[in-house]
Order: sequence, then structure tokens, then C-alpha cells
Amino acid sequence: MRTLERGGLGAAAVLIVLVLPALNALPAGSALHISDFTLNLFGKFLAYAILALGIDLIWGYTGVLSLGHGVFFGLGAYAMGMHLMLEIGTQSVYRNVLPDFMVWNQVTELPLFWRPFYSAAFTLAAVVAVPAAIAWIFGFLTFRSRIRGVYFSIITQALALSAWLMFNRNSLNLGGTNGLSGFKTIFGFTLNDAGTQRGLYVATALCLCGAYLLCRWIIHSPAGKVLVAIRDSETRVLFAGYSPASFKLFVFVVSAVLAGVAGALYVPQVGIITPAKMGVLPSIEMIIWVAVGGRGTLVGPVVGAVGVSWLQSTLTTSYPDLWLLVLGGLFIGVVLFFPDGVVGSAQKFIGHLRRSGPGRRRAAIEAPHAGPLPKGERGASS
Amino acid sequence: MRPSGAASHLDPLEQSANLRGVVLTALFVALALLSGLAAPAAAGAAAPPEVAKHIAGVASSDATVQEAAAVALGKTGDRKILPLLEALREGSVYVREAPGGGKETVIVGDKVSEGDKTLVPLFSAYGREPLTGPDGKPLLVELSTLQEVSAGRSLRLLLRPLIDAFSGQNDLRDPDPTVRTAAATKMGNGSDAGALQILSDTLTGEHDRWVRYALEEAMALIRLRTGSEVERVAAAERLGALKSVNALDRLRDLGADAQSPAPLQQAAKSAVKRIERWGLLTQAIETGFQGLSLASILLLMALGLAIVFGLMGVINMAHGELMALGAYATFVVQGWFQFHMPASFDYYFLVALPVSFLVAGTAGFLLERGVIRFLYGRPLETLLLTWGVSLVIQQALRLWFGAANVDVTAPGWLSGGIPVMIGVQLPYNRLFIVALAALCVGGMYVLLFRTDAGLRIRAVTQNRSMAACLGVRARWVDAGTFALGAGLAGLAGCALTQIGNVGPELGQNYIVDSFMVVVTGGVGKLLGSILAALGIGGLNKIIEPSLGAVYGKVLILVFVILFIQRRPSGLFAMKGRYADS
Repeated sequence: MRTLERGGLGAAAVLIVLVLPALNALPAGSALHISDFTLNLFGKFLAYAILALGIDLIWGYTGVLSLGHGVFFGLGAYAMGMHLMLEIGTQSVYRNVLPDFMVWNQVTELPLFWRPFYSAAFTLAAVVAVPAAIAWIFGFLTFRSRIRGVYFSIITQALALSAWLMFNRNSLNLGGTNGLSGFKTIFGFTLNDAGTQRGLYVATALCLCGAYLLCRWIIHSPAGKVLVAIRDSETRVLFAGYSPASFKLFVFVVSAVLAGVAGALYVPQVGIITPAKMGVLPSIEMIIWVAVGGRGTLVGPVVGAVGVSWLQSTLTTSYPDLWLLVLGGLFIGVVLFFPDGVVGSAQKFIGHLRRSGPGRRRAAIEAPHAGPLPKGERGASS
Repeated sequence: MRPSGAASHLDPLEQSANLRGVVLTALFVALALLSGLAAPAAAGAAAPPEVAKHIAGVASSDATVQEAAAVALGKTGDRKILPLLEALREGSVYVREAPGGGKETVIVGDKVSEGDKTLVPLFSAYGREPLTGPDGKPLLVELSTLQEVSAGRSLRLLLRPLIDAFSGQNDLRDPDPTVRTAAATKMGNGSDAGALQILSDTLTGEHDRWVRYALEEAMALIRLRTGSEVERVAAAERLGALKSVNALDRLRDLGADAQSPAPLQQAAKSAVKRIERWGLLTQAIETGFQGLSLASILLLMALGLAIVFGLMGVINMAHGELMALGAYATFVVQGWFQFHMPASFDYYFLVALPVSFLVAGTAGFLLERGVIRFLYGRPLETLLLTWGVSLVIQQALRLWFGAANVDVTAPGWLSGGIPVMIGVQLPYNRLFIVALAALCVGGMYVLLFRTDAGLRIRAVTQNRSMAACLGVRARWVDAGTFALGAGLAGLAGCALTQIGNVGPELGQNYIVDSFMVVVTGGVGKLLGSILAALGIGGLNKIIEPSLGAVYGKVLILVFVILFIQRRPSGLFAMKGRYADS
């Protein structure tokens, strides 16, 4: 079982990292050819999948529902976007070293906080460090005072709202409502080039594999067991002598970093980042990816992020009015009927078939009961 | 000095002027009556000889004579002159050969065509009464037989203030105090010294405090513009004492103008200082009141949220959309009234209040019975589920009513406001919202702490299993409470239509703030919710003017997080074993 699963995952990784770009490189007439557009779209979905893994880590395994991960995604994306903006240099519309929107807003000098982003190394460091720092400060203040459950969710939602409001302001010098766009090159490579896009895709796919391995390592480490224990009964963990706040803070920061990396990979592939990507609605949409795929499993978030995003891009082009209804329906349907998500349900089903096999123990770790145990006279009657 | 106390402070000059005015008016009335009796009714009232002379003068071809006559007519204060002055400005005054010989000034009405001829009806210059021919029918003549009276630019400029003074005088006698106040303010801003007489006449007969204030302000403003130097200094001081915001710009100019005489400059400067100080106070009061009404809306929202959360541990993300349902219900009721009974349109709001409560309450009941009851004990899942519901409701509203904001008109009795002090007016709509919120809180208190139903709600909140064992039907308590909370949100939505926009995203704008209230106030606590709503609503409005709405919201989030550091479970925490469930 274990080798089978590993083999399957390995095959999936090879497919995603190598086969798809290879198919894209085939001549356009060939039957197996994948268009640049499709590959680019898929690259975007894989960036979302990295973010979803982070959310799964904190929600699926630790039981902390953050409704503010769009903020961390946006911070990573903006850090990368600022570097790309500066790389445009004088190729911009106004032929000015300053980004166009600054010329437009009559800013005459590059703001101080923009300057370090000329350096590619600093930018890559900022993609990780800025979301991590914000997550650490926010997490420290909230976890320390034992804000948990829905309280935490509400506070993070307020965080998303505030961030969205702030990034919409022109005075922040980050492009206001229009955000950052019009990028030309990344680290010297032309963004319009199919080869560059293929390279970005491979980088995203490799990062996803790395994120998967990282999450897997965390989950199977002793700390991972504590995380699951916190999810199932935080008070008992506290009484057992652990400090749930530190564990939660750690995993919150890790998931924020994953979100930031996802944002940084998203920007060059999509070519624009606006505050609309970090508001309340996108933040909660990210949750539904994980819920649909199956929280508490590591494959689920990847499947959910790609699947739901694909559904979204299909629906919004053909039936724009329907998407919000479908999204709402997904929330209701998944919560009521498939609390384990697609992958979780499948695993349960397989575990059911091999009740006596060695799969039983694994299923107990990877697809445990959804959420805290029901209390009082009324159980989870679903 | 209080504006109401001014009657006794009239100086002797003004008093004698008043007396003269009264005598004059009486005389005119008597004259008008007499002439009305003497002349045959068909011909209308003839003008008094003095006035008739000026009417003839207005038709003169000499511009100087014309202007002098117009001013003289204006001075008479006779309201029957007003149509003539207006007609002069429009250029519809003509001279015709009178039937008995001589010339007669007439006003010409709208053209009518009869065959190929263009005819015009004629009206008398005094009182604008239709002139009749020998056969008793209205007189129609060809325009070409008449001689036009031309009104030059300078005459038309001269006529404007005269006409304004007439209409202002008319409005000053209006039964509605708002109209009287507006007329006085208008005269103060535009009229010349001639209006002083009229204003002081009106002041003696006026009893409404705020109209008196406007009259005095107008008089001081006119004096400041047109009076002698001593009068102007006195007027500046008076305006300062009246804290007249209307005079602020003019006084500032005077104070800054090096040309104006030193005492006047001095008086203007000190008056400006006084008015500005007063302005700060009134602004603070207004901000406070706006904060209070925002807090009332938040409170209505948070009450339902907090009680439901306390009772069932359910965070209802669709609460904002229930509020939107209430607002749209109000919109529908308004539309129904407009269509079916436009006569009693003003009362639609009284119908909309219960309707929006019922609509949102029913939606809440269905939501609880339909889906939420399957998810008790799983708060995070409920949160996601209700978010999904909110998306569906929001999109359904958008598809049904359109994405644009809909227009809800305030009923007549909610527009306007109560002036409480100089420069401060409490709008009725906001007062109404505050009163509604207070009423709901009172009702909730009675319900929770003075009735059997409330006892059951509290019992289930404290210990669900134990209450169920003792025979409380916990599930129905849940459903009822949820519906009640939803109904309160609907009321909030209904109230909101009077001060904000109604659109599909309505709920989203308030939901985060109301959650902040719940978090700060503590769960299921009336007093906590009230204090938190007041705090957050007030803070919002206090920060907004200086930092803008955006940083206001950010700052409030920071405040809430810091506050929770001190009190993790809100202002009034649950105690005992339920604190950590």
C-alpha cells in the first residue's frame, strides 16, 4: 500500500513537472500538444495548490481556520511584483525609471521601501520574510491571548478586509486599485517568451513538490502529531505540558510563507496583482479549495485547488452570473455532504475496503474525524 | 445672547419703524378694500392713484423714469404689484390704447393662434387680472397692435432684488417655519437695506425660536453689508454673538481685508474666533451623533449575532445578507405603496418595519431548520456553510434586483430634523434609528430576563443537555432564537435604508464590523454588545474625519486585537466551566 501510494505520487510529480511542459514543447500541429495558454493556466493553478497546502497545514491538521491567507498571498505577490515593476525600467509607457502609476500619481522619487527591490536576491528573501514577519506578529498577538476557533477566523477576516482597504489606497504607493502590472522581464528573461513561461511553470511545479515534501515532513514529525492533537483537543494538549500557542504560531508562519511563495509564482505567470486578490472573498475561496479536495490529507488540497480553479475559470467565461451561486453551493454541499472532501472520501472508501489491511493505521492519521469531536447531546448528524 | 430674547432688545428706532410699517399696511388694506368696493367687479380692483402713477411711469420710454418708478413700486410693498415686476423682467409688459382714450399699461399672456393670426390675452397691470372685452369674454388682441415696453439690462438687474424681496416677504408669512427660516436666510444673503424693515416687522410677530434666529442673523448680515461703520461693527459683534456660520466667510474676508477700518477688522476677527470655537463644538456633537446612529445599526446586527453565537456556538456569516433581505423588503414595500396607494406613501415605512422583520426572520428560521441544525458542535463548518449561504443570497439578490443600488425614498416625516442648538440639527432619520435600536435592546432585555421564553433561552445557553433533560425543547429554542436574531438583522436593514445605500453587497459592508462588536463585547451578553457597539461605532466616526475611513477600520482592528490581549473573551466573559467549551 505504502509503496503503491508513493509510486502514484511519484508518477504524478513526474507528469506535472516533466511531461506537461514536454507536451507543450511539441510542435503545435501534434495531437498531444498543449497550448501555451493551457500550460500557463495550469501553472497558475499549481501556484494556488502551494497556497492550499499551507492552508491545509493550519486548518486541516491543526484545526485553525484562517480567513486571511489572501493577505499573505498578496504580500508575496506584491514583493515579486515590485521587483518586476522595477525591472521594466525605462521601457514603460512614460519612459521613466519610475513605475507608470507613480508618474501618473505625480510621485517624483522612488519611495524608500521600493529601493531594495532592485535586487533579485532581496526580493526572493522578501517573498518569504514579509509574509512570515506579518504572520508572526499577528499570530503572536492572537495565539498568545488564546484566541481560537471562530474568534480567530473572524479576526483574520478583519485582517483581510483591512489589508484590502489599505492596498486600495494610492497613498501606499503600490498602484492602488489597479495594482502592479505591465511587467516585461523576469531576472532578465522576457516574460512574453514561451520558453520563459515554460520555465516558470516548471519552477512552480518544483516548488509544489518541495512544499508537498515539506508539509509531509512536518506532518510525520513529532511536532505534526502535536498539531493533530491540538486540533482534536487543544485543552488536553495544554494540560499535557505542551504550549499549543508556539506550535500554532510555527505552523501559521509556515503556511503564510507557502502562501507568499505561491503569490510570487503567481505574479509573473498572470502578469498582474491587484488588491482584489487579497480581500475577504478570495481568502475564503482558498478555504473551499481545501475543503473540496479534502482537508487533513496532503493530496486533497492540490486536487481541490486545481479542480475548483479550473471550474471557476470555465464557469466565469461561459456563465459569469452562475459562478457565485456555484461557489456558494460548493460551500454548502461540501460542508453538509462531503466533510472529508473528494480525496478524504476516496481514502475512507479504500480504507473501508481494506479494513484489515495495513491501510487502517494510515487512514487514522491522514483522514481523521473532521473537526473537533461533537459535544453534548447532539452529534454530527450529517 | 440667546436669539429668542431679542424681541425686548429692539432699539426705539426699530420700534417706530415697526409702527410705521403697521400703519402703512393697514392703510393699504383699507385702500384696497375701498377700491374693491367702488370699482365694478369685472374690471378688477383699480390701482390706488399713487401706484397708478408709477405703473404709468414704468411704461415710460425714458430709462431713468422707468427705474425710479420700479423702485417706487417696490417700496409700496403692495403684493399686487409683484406680477407686473415679474412681467417686466420677462418682457411681457405692453402699452395699449385704453378704450376710454389714453394709454394703459397691460401684461400680456401666452400666445394663442386663431386662424392665421397670433393673439394674446391681456391682463391688468395691477393684480394681473384678465381684462374683458365689451362682450364680457376675455380680451384677445393681436400683438402687433400693442407697443412693447422695453426693459433694459440695468432695469432688469434692479428688478431682481425687488422681486426677491416680494417673494421673500411672501415666504416669511408661510405657515411652515422651515420655509420662513429659509426665506429669512435668503434675504440675509442677498437683500439690501430695504429688506431690514420687512425683517424687523416679521421679527415682532414671530414666535418660533429658530425663525427668530434666522431673522436676526439676516438683519445683522444686511447691516454688515450696507450699514454705516458703527452699524457694521455692531453687526459683526452681533453675528459673533449669534455664532452665525453663514456670516463666517464674509467676516473672515473683512478681518483679513487691510482696507476695512480698524475697529471693524477687530470686531470681525473676534467674531470669527467665536464662531469657529462654536463650530468645533457643534462638529463634535454631530460626529458623536453620527457615531451613535452607526452604533445603533451595529448593535441591531450584533444583538442577533451575539445571542445566536452564545446559544448555539454558531457564527452566522449570512447575517449581513439577512440584513440585506430586510433592506430589499423595505424597497419592495415602498414600490408596492408607490404603485397601489400613492396617497398614503408616507406610511410605507411603518409597514416596511414589520415586513422586513418577518422576511429576514423567516429566512433565518428556514436557514436554521434547513441546514444549520445538522452542524451543531462544529462551529468552523457552520461558518463556511453560512458563508456559502451568504454568497447564494447575495447573488440571488443581484440577479433579481440588478447589481446597481436601488433607490429607497425617505418618508416625509423622516426628512428634516430637530434643531437643538445653533448649528446643530439632529436628523429625524438618525434619531429614529437610535430610538429603534434602544427599543429593540429594551425588548430583548424584557424577553431574555422577564419571560418564560427568555428563561429557556438562557437555560439552553448555559447547559444544553441539562436544559433538555428538564424538558426544554432545545431545538425549538434554537430555531426561535435564530429567527429572532435574523429578524433583528432585518430591522437593521430596514433602518439602514434611511441612511445608506441599498445594494447586493450591503451586508458585506457591515458584517466585519458587527463581528468585531461580538468579539469585543463577549458572547451572548447584552451589556457587552451595547458597550462594544457604542465603542466601535463611535470610534469609527471619530477617527474617520482625521485619518479617513480606511485607516479608521485598520486602527479599529488593531484596537480590537490589543483589547483582546487584555480580555480574551470580550468585555464580559462567560465564567466557570462554560468558559472553555
